[in-house]
Amino acid sequence: MSDVSFVRTEMLPEQAPPASEVGAIGWIRHNLFSGWFNSILTLVSLYAIWYVLSGVLPWIFQSVWNANSLNECREIMIATWGSTHGHACWAVINDRWLQLLFGFYPSHLYWRPIVSLILLLVALAPVLYSDRVSSKMLIVTAIYPFLMPFLMWGGTIWGPIAAALGFVVGWGVYTLVSKQLSGLFGMIAGVAASVIWWLVLSSYFVGALDSVLPIGIEAVQSRQFGGFMLAILLGVVAIGVSLPIGIVLALGRQSDLMIVKYLCVGFIEFIRGVPLITLLFVASLLLNLFLPPGTNFDIILRVMIMMTLFSAAYMAEVIRGGLAALPRGQYEGADSLGLNYWQAQRLIIMPQALKISIPGIVSTFIGIFKDTTLVSIIGLFDVIGLASAIRADTAWNGIYWELFAFIAALFFVVCFSMSRYSMYLERKLQTGHH
Amino acid sequence: MTTLTDPPKEQFRLSMLLYDTRYRSATIQVIALIGFMLLAAWIISNTIQNLEGLGKPVEFGFFAESASYDINQRLLEYTSQDSHLRAAFIGLLNTLVVAVLGCITATIVGVFVGVLRLSNNWLVARIMTFYVEIFRNVPVLLWIVLAMAILIEGLPAPNAFRGDNPTATMDLFNTVAVTNRGVYIPEFLFSRSLGDIHLFGTSSLRFDISLDLVAFLVVLGGSIFTMRKVSAWAAATQESTGDRPKIWHIQLGILFVPMIILMTALGLHLGYPELKGFNFRGGTHMRNSLIALWLALSLYTAAFIAEIVRAGILAISKGQTEAASALGLRPGRTMRLVILPQALRVIIPPMISNYLNLTKNSSLAIAVGYMDITGTLGGITMNQTGRELECVLLLMLVYLAISLSISAVMNWYNNRVKLVER
Repeated sequence: MSDVSFVRTEMLPEQAPPASEVGAIGWIRHNLFSGWFNSILTLVSLYAIWYVLSGVLPWIFQSVWNANSLNECREIMIATWGSTHGHACWAVINDRWLQLLFGFYPSHLYWRPIVSLILLLVALAPVLYSDRVSSKMLIVTAIYPFLMPFLMWGGTIWGPIAAALGFVVGWGVYTLVSKQLSGLFGMIAGVAASVIWWLVLSSYFVGALDSVLPIGIEAVQSRQFGGFMLAILLGVVAIGVSLPIGIVLALGRQSDLMIVKYLCVGFIEFIRGVPLITLLFVASLLLNLFLPPGTNFDIILRVMIMMTLFSAAYMAEVIRGGLAALPRGQYEGADSLGLNYWQAQRLIIMPQALKISIPGIVSTFIGIFKDTTLVSIIGLFDVIGLASAIRADTAWNGIYWELFAFIAALFFVVCFSMSRYSMYLERKLQTGHH
Repeated sequence: MTTLTDPPKEQFRLSMLLYDTRYRSATIQVIALIGFMLLAAWIISNTIQNLEGLGKPVEFGFFAESASYDINQRLLEYTSQDSHLRAAFIGLLNTLVVAVLGCITATIVGVFVGVLRLSNNWLVARIMTFYVEIFRNVPVLLWIVLAMAILIEGLPAPNAFRGDNPTATMDLFNTVAVTNRGVYIPEFLFSRSLGDIHLFGTSSLRFDISLDLVAFLVVLGGSIFTMRKVSAWAAATQESTGDRPKIWHIQLGILFVPMIILMTALGLHLGYPELKGFNFRGGTHMRNSLIALWLALSLYTAAFIAEIVRAGILAISKGQTEAASALGLRPGRTMRLVILPQALRVIIPPMISNYLNLTKNSSLAIAVGYMDITGTLGGITMNQTGRELECVLLLMLVYLAISLSISAVMNWYNNRVKLVER
């Protein structure tokens, strides 16, 4: 009985882990030197980073900011550091940054694009941060599409007001007719009334009011638009308009109506099968041929139309992916609640499908924003076009790294913020349990 | 007693076209079709009217006229006396060249970066993330123009290679010359060449096929066929005996021995570029425009492919790896037999759309003066003849055809590798 071996009755106190497994040392051991192969990789990477930084950092910081030409830059470099190699000549940016941002926009009117940009951010705030910004701000969002062209192009104030009135007229006719007859007739009559207003009546309206009450600001020609401003202008319009068109096209492609479906499929596949540059050729060369003789409208407007159609086709495919990913039960559930097609889409299907497709939608946005640079090929002076012009200038002939680094930084900031916002939105809308 | 009566016969009324769901869909479709046809008719009639006003009706006769411009980077022979059709054909081949080169490089770089982004090594993963973010968030046109600028301004001129004390030297044991006029690489020459076959006589689509290339492809095909037979035999042996015979040295032999014999018989040797006068002669000359376009497109697309590969590997659950280890498979075989076949199913569809994007982006060649189909048909030919409508429509058709064929081939491949579900 007494030779029962010793059994411990109380636990030993916990001991601290070995110093090499925790803290900074442990982290380094686990993440950088966990084996011979990893150690070699780490050393090679460190060498690569050192090699790049030792070239790039002096280039960025030991640089010339004030000079009137590349030759002057080089003289200053030789006087200061003894060689022209490995030093940036930021003087070109210092000299031309306003042009790179605004193109040939009249310099005394620079406040107008700046105000437009600030108003854009104000208009986007209630949409992007709906939980933090009051929804009353949406009124700015509604006004913005009419205010922005007025600010950018100037001219009479009655033009944008007439455009906005078109919606009012359409809505008025819709409510009037749908009370008398049916909703469908109301819709058709409303759309018809708006179109008649825009195409026929609004020009008389603008002409009459302008002669009576000429209110307006200095007009700016489209060919004076350029620089990064043009990229933002084209990008914002294409992004804003292509989302609704893309939704309609995606619904059309999923629809049971055969003819509607094939029209949508044909459009989407055609646009996705050709490069954007050919569509821009259409905008610059052919669009005027397709319209009644004598029509001549603005090149920037034509480019906007083609870029919007291009972006809408890609958007439609992304949203179709979201629609296809929804379980069949959601459609059946909506049907069993007795919702009609549009109610089901609005209340059940679209909120979920759009949520699923957020990453795709945002990468389409980023893609179309980057693609705005292609307009330099059809002769508009966007940033890339201006960069070529500056490089052809005798004063700056031979410069390239500084210019392109500046432009790349501009695009990187905008595109990277968009992709981060989409990640934030995905997290915010996450309703799953993992 | 009850009597059976027919339900009241419904009279068709016009309003049923709108309110009865059975007829409404037909109404909507008819309206849509009529609307579409009206739009198309309106556009076509406008176009005809406009073209009459300009005095240039639609016709394609200009294709037979002499192009009278030069194309410096080309696969087939071409002179400026050739027709516009010939120029467009050369341009089309140039598009395909840069697309194929770009797709191959982008896949290699992309897979490499995508796998390294998942590395346990924190530093390597961060560097690869940096690469991906930088390339994805900056327009591809900027990369193309920047690559061209670096090549032209940053590289030595051919005369820097001259003299007793040259400031530049050729790379890779004096075989490759990297200059600001392009890269000169060694070319394959055959001292006992089999000659060429000339197809399509003297027409615009005339085409020379090198019999040496045909012989090479025939031998390669034969070797691959034999290799598959051998591996089928090895699999059969494994099925019946449980032992897998060692075949890798047989496979290597089958692949290389006939090839070496063929190359010796044809007298293969390399033609090296040499500095003669003001420029390099001999070797294959790759113009800066081609290299800039190729590099920029591959690095840009590789960033997207890296993300796809990473997502594909992450999509395979950890249980698969664990199950494979439980079966006793080694990490290499786990990757090859378990992870990759499943990851490929996730990877291939987005990969197809990236290949298509690369092909379409190759139309930006016009920004650096590489004469692809956009540079010839949509560029100089269009400007010289003034036939915008015909040229742009044909250009679109060509790209549409390329896109549709690439997606058809890749979809066929996708159907082959995808999981067969019951």
